[in-house]
Amino acid sequence: MSSSFIPHPSSFPLLSVRNLKTYFFQDEGTVKAVDGATFDVFPGKTLGIVGESGCGKSVTAQSILRIVDAPGKIVEGEIVLRRADGSEVDVTRLHPDGEEIRAIRGADIGLVFQEPMTSFSPVHTIGNQLVEAVRLHCAVGEKEARQRGVEALRSVGIPKPERRIDEYAFELSGGLRQRAMIAVALSCNPRLLIADEPTTALDVTTQAQILDLLRDLQKQRGMAIMLITHNLGVIAEMADDVVVMYLGRVVEEGSVDDIFHNPKHPYTKALLSSIPSIESTPRIKLPTITGSIPHPYNRPSGCPFYPRCESYMRGTCDATEPALIAVNERQKVSCFLYQK
Amino acid sequence: MNQTNAQILLDVKNLRKFFPIRRGVLQKVVAQVRAVDDVTFYINQGETLSLVGESGCGKTTTARCILRAYDPTAGQVFFRAEDGKVMDVAALPSNQLQPLRRQMQMIFQDPFSSLNPRMTLLDIVGEPLLVHGEKDAHKRTERVAELLRLVGLRPEYMRRYPHAFSGGQRQRIGIARALALNPRLVVADEPVSALDVSVQAQILNLMLELQEKLGLTYLFVAHDLSVVKHISERVAVMYVGRIVEMAPTKELFYQPRHPYTEALMSAVPKPDPRLRSERIVLQGEVADPANPPPGCYFHPRCQYAIDICREKTPVQEEITPRHFVSCHRAKELTLRGVVKK
Ligand SMILES: Nc1ncnc2c1ncn2[C@@H]1O[C@H](COP(=O)(O)OP(=O)(O)OP(=O)(O)O)[C@@H](O)[C@H]1O
Ligand SMILES: Nc1ncnc2c1ncn2[C@@H]1O[C@H](COP(=O)(O)OP(=O)(O)O)[C@@H](O)[C@H]1O
Ligand code: SF4
Ligand code: SF4
Ligand SMILES: [Mg+2]
Ligand SMILES: [Mg+2]
Repeated sequence: MSSSFIPHPSSFPLLSVRNLKTYFFQDEGTVKAVDGATFDVFPGKTLGIVGESGCGKSVTAQSILRIVDAPGKIVEGEIVLRRADGSEVDVTRLHPDGEEIRAIRGADIGLVFQEPMTSFSPVHTIGNQLVEAVRLHCAVGEKEARQRGVEALRSVGIPKPERRIDEYAFELSGGLRQRAMIAVALSCNPRLLIADEPTTALDVTTQAQILDLLRDLQKQRGMAIMLITHNLGVIAEMADDVVVMYLGRVVEEGSVDDIFHNPKHPYTKALLSSIPSIESTPRIKLPTITGSIPHPYNRPSGCPFYPRCESYMRGTCDATEPALIAVNERQKVSCFLYQK
Repeated sequence: MNQTNAQILLDVKNLRKFFPIRRGVLQKVVAQVRAVDDVTFYINQGETLSLVGESGCGKTTTARCILRAYDPTAGQVFFRAEDGKVMDVAALPSNQLQPLRRQMQMIFQDPFSSLNPRMTLLDIVGEPLLVHGEKDAHKRTERVAELLRLVGLRPEYMRRYPHAFSGGQRQRIGIARALALNPRLVVADEPVSALDVSVQAQILNLMLELQEKLGLTYLFVAHDLSVVKHISERVAVMYVGRIVEMAPTKELFYQPRHPYTEALMSAVPKPDPRLRSERIVLQGEVADPANPPPGCYFHPRCQYAIDICREKTPVQEEITPRHFVSCHRAKELTLRGVVKK
């Protein structure tokens, strides 16, 4: 099934994830956190990955950077990164502590995640950490690294960066901390920024500032962004292409316009109609999705969505898993309704 | 309170709650956090009013003062009790609060930490009944079964523990418990923000349904404007401890009259890529409630600020019936609301 992808009209992908499976082996059972995810990230574009809590978004990101926590393991699949010199490397084959993946982190791929507080050390200043990140990936001296650090803070809109660089993370507000984390992630000019719920802990007005910042930085630097969030509004505002995940699988993929205006998968459709929107009429009953997301130990066999699906076909949907197949040039769906 | 207006269930007047900041060995008070700073609003019987605003603006503190989980620093909280008598909750001695507490109940944000993991549903939902004197175990069980059915849970689940339930189901348990004593006012503090998106709609629908069935009055506290729009009849927008605008829901969303409301709504990402629009991105940060700026607290970030805004605090004014705004320029500004669908 991994060969059914259609090249983006504009160029080759920067990153291709194929049939990725990352499992956590625990005494209570195996959590199939990511269970056959396939998608591409294109240069200079924003790929939105959307899904509800626990569907495997973060573990997908961690797999790409090879920072999956024990007892998690990539058990199958490929993650092919096209490096700046045109060479390709399958990240799944690298040693997770090896030289090569460490060079990729920061220099090729930067990471920003939800809780900026935990990502900064409380005993080192922002500057120390920034300088360290710069020196780790770009061959420059201490003084030059500090200068770049100040510039990095300035470029993410932190006022008085010469002063801020000597402060500790806890001295900054949530919005400024998130900016500082973006500065660290971008300090070596990665070609791909993975942002995992970068605004989930922030207020809407601060979220608007950070989203604007990401958009501006993308325009200036031409980097690709993989934006992970459960917020469909953020996806609609930011993404060029969208991947919808459910229980570790990609259930639908397409251009942002197709996903929001021509969704195919019953889960995508149900999710879109069940969210209260600031545009919708007040105090009317919303359509709902029945039940809740199953516990990861009790993954249903067959289509993972079948216990909650209104189009469920007995004997088909609960028997085998539908493959992700193309329904038109840009859109792919994994659902038996579309398999002829 | 307007004693003649029998419609009003809760009437909050000039409510203030300051938290002292203490420093040094002597724990001297060096400053005050003005968490709630002169808040005035009312809720009619059977109505839903939402308090909306960004983190730290004083929503939870307001709610806690109303329930007397905090003693307010100043102001009145008039509540019309079952017998029609109006009482100032803020002024009642604590030994007289018990009967009122029954009539005001709370639903919490986090359905995971708000339920005792060592209690069965029967104990959790039945506890308020027991506390308020229902000694007959059989009657309690009956009532718990009825409550569980009411919130869409099977009474057979009664002997189970909360860990066996999903987030949405746990929130239903919390709602059943809050309704056990037939409260008249239900204060819900972020009741859906910890839930999965696909489950939020279920709980919002349930709250609307219960309100219709039981004639409940809701004070709904939330930061998510889409959720607030969905549940409320009227909305109050808070900024740094103050209500800056309060109006019927549609009016507030389609014709905001306060610059902060306008900016807040424009900042919400719309789940439609065809609506990507020019957002108003506020510069700077929310003011510090321990050290707010002079004049209008919003002036350092307001694109419409003029001299008077930096000096004089605007007062809350009813500019059209039921539409209250605190802004010096409310009457002259034409602001952008949400696009009608
Ligand atoms: N017990 C307390 N002691 C000191 N300051 C407090 C206390 N409780 C709240 N505050 C402060 O009062 C202000 C209002 O807090 P509150 O919890 O009411 O905000 P909120 O609007 O509910 O925010 P959120 O959306 O984050 O829940 C904040 O500045 C907060 O730090
Ligand atoms: N360190 C871990 N150990 C065990 N299970 C984990 C771990 N990290 C994630 N998981 C499980 O993997 C699944 C996917 O998690 P995650 O990728 O974090 O979801 P999300 O889409 O919310 O980011 C969940 O069921 C989660 O409980
Ligand atoms: S495969 Fe079947 S159960 Fe799954 S989404 Fe499609 S119709 Fe529904
Ligand atoms: S009073 Fe002045 S500063 Fe405050 S919101 Fe109105 S225009 Fe803006
Ligand atoms: Mg996550
Ligand atoms: Mg709160």
